[in-house]
Amino acid sequence: MIEFRAVTKRFEDGTIAVDELDLTVEAGTITVFVGPSGCGKTTSLRMVNRMIDPTSGTILVDGKDVLSVDPPTLRRGIGYVIQQAGLFPHRTVLDNVATVPLLSGWDRRRARTRAAELLETVGLPAEFGKRYPAQLSGGQQQRVGVARALAADPPVLLMDEPFSAVDPIVREGLQDELLRLQAEIGKTIVFVTHDIDEALKLGDKVAVMRTGGHLAQYAKPAELLSAPANDFVANFVGKDRGYRTLTFLSADVPVHEIDAVKVGDTVTSNSWKLVVDDTRRPLGWLSPVDGSVEVTADRLIAGGSLYDGGTLRSALDAALSSPSALGVTVDAEGAVVGVVHADDVLKALAAARAAGEVPS
Amino acid sequence: MGWLFDPAHWSGSTGIPVRIVEHFTYTWLTLLIAAVIAVPLGAFVGHTGRGGFLIVGLTNGLRALPTLAVLIIVVLWAGIGDVPVYTALVLLAVPPIMAGTYAGIRAVEPSIVDAARGVGMHEGGVLLQVELPNALPLVFGGFRGAALQVVSTATIAAYVGAGGLGRFVFDGLAFQEYDQMLGGAVLVAVLAVLVDLVFVGLQKLTVSPGVVGAGSGGNR
Repeated sequence: MIEFRAVTKRFEDGTIAVDELDLTVEAGTITVFVGPSGCGKTTSLRMVNRMIDPTSGTILVDGKDVLSVDPPTLRRGIGYVIQQAGLFPHRTVLDNVATVPLLSGWDRRRARTRAAELLETVGLPAEFGKRYPAQLSGGQQQRVGVARALAADPPVLLMDEPFSAVDPIVREGLQDELLRLQAEIGKTIVFVTHDIDEALKLGDKVAVMRTGGHLAQYAKPAELLSAPANDFVANFVGKDRGYRTLTFLSADVPVHEIDAVKVGDTVTSNSWKLVVDDTRRPLGWLSPVDGSVEVTADRLIAGGSLYDGGTLRSALDAALSSPSALGVTVDAEGAVVGVVHADDVLKALAAARAAGEVPS
Repeated sequence: MGWLFDPAHWSGSTGIPVRIVEHFTYTWLTLLIAAVIAVPLGAFVGHTGRGGFLIVGLTNGLRALPTLAVLIIVVLWAGIGDVPVYTALVLLAVPPIMAGTYAGIRAVEPSIVDAARGVGMHEGGVLLQVELPNALPLVFGGFRGAALQVVSTATIAAYVGAGGLGRFVFDGLAFQEYDQMLGGAVLVAVLAVLVDLVFVGLQKLTVSPGVVGAGSGGNR
């Protein structure tokens, strides 16, 4: 657990980066600090491991005042991941990961064994250990950065815009990976970003900060979307709030049966048909036909996104993106279970509202 | 060239091998003394970022000093011997080494230094384990520049009666034995190339292959 108690940071030129911050980061959760540049999010993060010392106020990590521990010792007990990864160019990937164990006095062999384990944990092949950082892509470097931060198994992890320098597709993969990893390791993570989507996706709780170092709202993502504390937060979380709220609701949406046909079948129907392969995986749609017609590959119309039984957002998106307006639902193996209708999603949302699941 | 290949010149206490050893000794001892002064100074200023003006001022000031004048002044003050030779040569070698070390350390990406502190290195560790290894290509650049200047300038040691390959140049001039003079000059040039090759080899051995500019003395 990390506690900020009336923490203020005033720089020498008089600018106030953080103003009387009171905030508690629960153990084992991801807390995201988000806000425009100059809002003090990075400064707040860097005060936790004393890269910056506060002007006044107290920061406690697991009940201990950070100012009572000398910085190098403190930092070895707190994982630190930064933008661009900040890997040491002259050391191999394996030695980069082994840095903190070696600083903490482990013998070289044990440190390297541990480093090799961690490469696996973050999803990098073992042979990458012998490479130098410059030989890795940005996304791979960032994974090594995470592995390095985890090497000494610290309870707390500080991540300062770790994914903002990689391209959007890689970033999404890294975010998913972080959530998967967190489910395994359950660290107390403080994550700084300027990207509200990233904040809402990763955060168990999100602290929205505004210029001048003020905390505008500290709440769960669903609450930020449904009940922004003020206009600043409302503007910051963006225009699609209503739609995004669906991300945090997983209500029951009725799944309807659908006629599935295979390539080579002859069909007579005036409704949309879902075409599947031998393992019932969806291939595409056949539009309504007059009379009878043989199903051939060139008649297929590509389907929309798939609903995996997760959030209302994915159910609605599946329905909206499907040419037949029917969202295809699949099971874990990817086989078709049925379809969902957009109006059922809206009914489910209304039911959730009635049940008080949507904060208002 | 006949002078250079005459076996008579390759033996005795004033022969070519003796002079080469003398010249080489001037060079490596000068570089060693200069390194002891310039590397810690350049590294400290580069690491702390404080006193950059000192490096620039000192470097430019020392570079403006005419080496021959320094040599003569120290001879007048301390008499003939090794002291004036080393004083003049060290003053010549310090600026490039100091500037190279300073520039190399300043050129290490701030995010890397931030990470080094962030993982819990002490300041000394940040400098020795992270900044210096990454600054090495530029540090070597400084040493190679210094070595070239020292090898060629060590010739003037003979001007104040000391040894080294300069003996052949100055004696040749005095006795109007121009083949001896030319032979001495060629030997200095060859020695300069060899010393540079030694540094190339050292650089290959010590700079990590992961460092940008490794092996080329380049910058980042």
